Amino acid sequence: MLNRRDFIQTLVRGSILAGLTLLTGALVYRSRKGGCESGFACGSCPKSDGCNLAEAKAFRQTVWQLDPAKCIQCGRCATNCVMSPSAVKCFHVYAMCGYCDLCGGYFKPETKDLTTAAEHQLCPTNAIKRKFVEDPFFEYSIDKPLCIGCGKCVKGCGAFGNGSLQLQIDHHLCQNCNECSIARSCPSEAFSRVPAGKPYLLKSFGKELLPDKKTTSG
Amino acid sequence: MKERMKKLCWILLFTLVVVNGFAVQRFPKPEFETAYLQPQTHQPPPRAELLAVTDVVVLFLALAVTTWLVLKRRSRMGVFFMSLASLAYFGFYRQGCVCSIGAIQNVTLALFDHSFFIPLTVIAFFILPLIFTLFFGRTFCAGVCPFGALQDLVAFRPVKLGSRLNAVLGMIPYVYLGLAVLYAATGTDFIICRYDPFVGIFRFGASFGMFIFTGTLLLSGIFIARPYCRFLCPYGVLLNRTSRFSRKHLTITPAACIQCRLCENSCPYDAIDIPVTGKNPMDKQRRMRNLIFIILLVPVLVGIGGWTGARLHETLAGVNPKVRLASLVMHPESYAGMAEPFEITAFRSAGKPVAQLYAEASSVLGQFYTGGWILGGFLGLVFGLVIAGRMLARYNPDYVPNKGNCFSCGRCVDYCPVKATTNPPS
Ligand code: SF4
Ligand code: SF4
Ligand code: SF4
Ligand code: SF4
Repeated sequence: MLNRRDFIQTLVRGSILAGLTLLTGALVYRSRKGGCESGFACGSCPKSDGCNLAEAKAFRQTVWQLDPAKCIQCGRCATNCVMSPSAVKCFHVYAMCGYCDLCGGYFKPETKDLTTAAEHQLCPTNAIKRKFVEDPFFEYSIDKPLCIGCGKCVKGCGAFGNGSLQLQIDHHLCQNCNECSIARSCPSEAFSRVPAGKPYLLKSFGKELLPDKKTTSG
Repeated sequence: MKERMKKLCWILLFTLVVVNGFAVQRFPKPEFETAYLQPQTHQPPPRAELLAVTDVVVLFLALAVTTWLVLKRRSRMGVFFMSLASLAYFGFYRQGCVCSIGAIQNVTLALFDHSFFIPLTVIAFFILPLIFTLFFGRTFCAGVCPFGALQDLVAFRPVKLGSRLNAVLGMIPYVYLGLAVLYAATGTDFIICRYDPFVGIFRFGASFGMFIFTGTLLLSGIFIARPYCRFLCPYGVLLNRTSRFSRKHLTITPAACIQCRLCENSCPYDAIDIPVTGKNPMDKQRRMRNLIFIILLVPVLVGIGGWTGARLHETLAGVNPKVRLASLVMHPESYAGMAEPFEITAFRSAGKPVAQLYAEASSVLGQFYTGGWILGGFLGLVFGLVIAGRMLARYNPDYVPNKGNCFSCGRCVDYCPVKATTNPPS
């Protein structure tokens, strides 16, 4: 026996279910379109090659990415990440580095004797290691666990060097927060969500640095 | 002549490249004479995509098992251990991201902003618990949600709050939900994530302000059981409303209620409706009068709410980054004497025209004006319905869990002396 109350309940339940189904349909449609404004469903779009959203199709997840070209090295990357130390680290694009003796990212400005003494170093945690290669070249590498992502070296290298030191999110450490807590406080809107298949954006003389085959899958 | 033109072109091209690229080649690439091998830049890959699918599978299984424990086994113990397992997986292993509560914002933004990409897994996290709730009640809250599990663990000395206080505090989640949707729809912020009190615990670290908030919440949770779930959680609003129409729901007694009142104080969440009897003709007349009063009251409340919301739109929009930046640019005197804000530095280095910024900011303000009307109207409606609910108390003969507020935790079940006629497995 279906009394009046049960009947209304069933009716409302049916409408909620229909509403949820519709919502799911709309969302799945959006998701399949992969955040594209062309109006075509992803895959049937005429300009599907050359579209970097094509990767969104292959990779159904997204991760946060920091665009070093927008970054002004404000220092919030070091302080605003939910991880401590920050998941943002300095990445060294060796292919771009001048291997300078007087490194703008390593030494404080106006340092006269170029030694590895701590008081000469720009990095607050001495995370940059300087190694002699051959006259007159020195290799600089980042000791990841020490780096706090403050961007001081990045600023120095960008101002006096080739700009080979760049901030990036280390995706091994990043929790991929639903909303990155650095992203919302970044003054230059350098953070965005990108397809997980192409998580890094490192620049090498105007070109993008391709992922290292040995360490990156996909 | 031609040569010189060519040269000029080259110089022009070069300056363009240099000005555009943030990386300037000041020093040539070194040519090493020794056998030095240039290291490659190590780029650690993100979490494998397949694991996101695992999350959804675990979510589904957790929902199914909890539902079975609640409805079939009627086992508080089982639900308790299930919630511990969920706390371990979704809380400490997955670090609380992405969760169903936060997914409200992704869903909203995906509906409003077509360029926002929403992964299928996030959709699943939003929809699955709602579907389960529609059929079986809030089993998600009982055994799957890590936030609920955490608060359930500290609910040592729950006190009764009384129905009036419950009703007043119970309106906060609606405000929170409304604001969260408004801020997500305008692409301003994900406030549910920003003010999430529990991720700090899962990640062993939080800002000082958040630490105080989390501490207060957990401490008050000793006496006010599940304070976040009852008086803050915006997803709880959706679950509550859905659960009222659920097909099945946990019952306190497996057979007929004998009105022994043993379960009366068993619910730490004040979610048991006590019997409301005594119908007489006088009551009927009063009900009619109340009904008319409410029908007149609700539209007035909606109007007042909407009007107030629209008045407040500039305040509400104040946290939007575009609006904030535009007002900084417009009023440089606001930071006179201080260091230039990073936002201004970044704005200048990006080289976006000021007019474009102003246009964008004013369009955001427009969205907030509309949004303010809708949000205010919605809150007026909620307020009206809460009053209506209190004035039109429904006839109810037995002790029953309130289908909206009950988390299906199963505590009350153990208090009922009635045994099932067809014995469920122990
Ligand atoms: S918060 Fe933004 S501008 Fe500041 S250092 Fe990080 S990426 Fe650069
Ligand atoms: S200066 Fe800052 S960003 Fe650069 S290596 Fe040191 S801690 Fe990392
Ligand atoms: S997503 Fe979270 S963990 Fe990753 S960089 Fe942003 S705040 Fe840090
Ligand atoms: S199952 Fe529901 S009514 Fe029973 S104690 Fe838990 S929350 Fe309260």
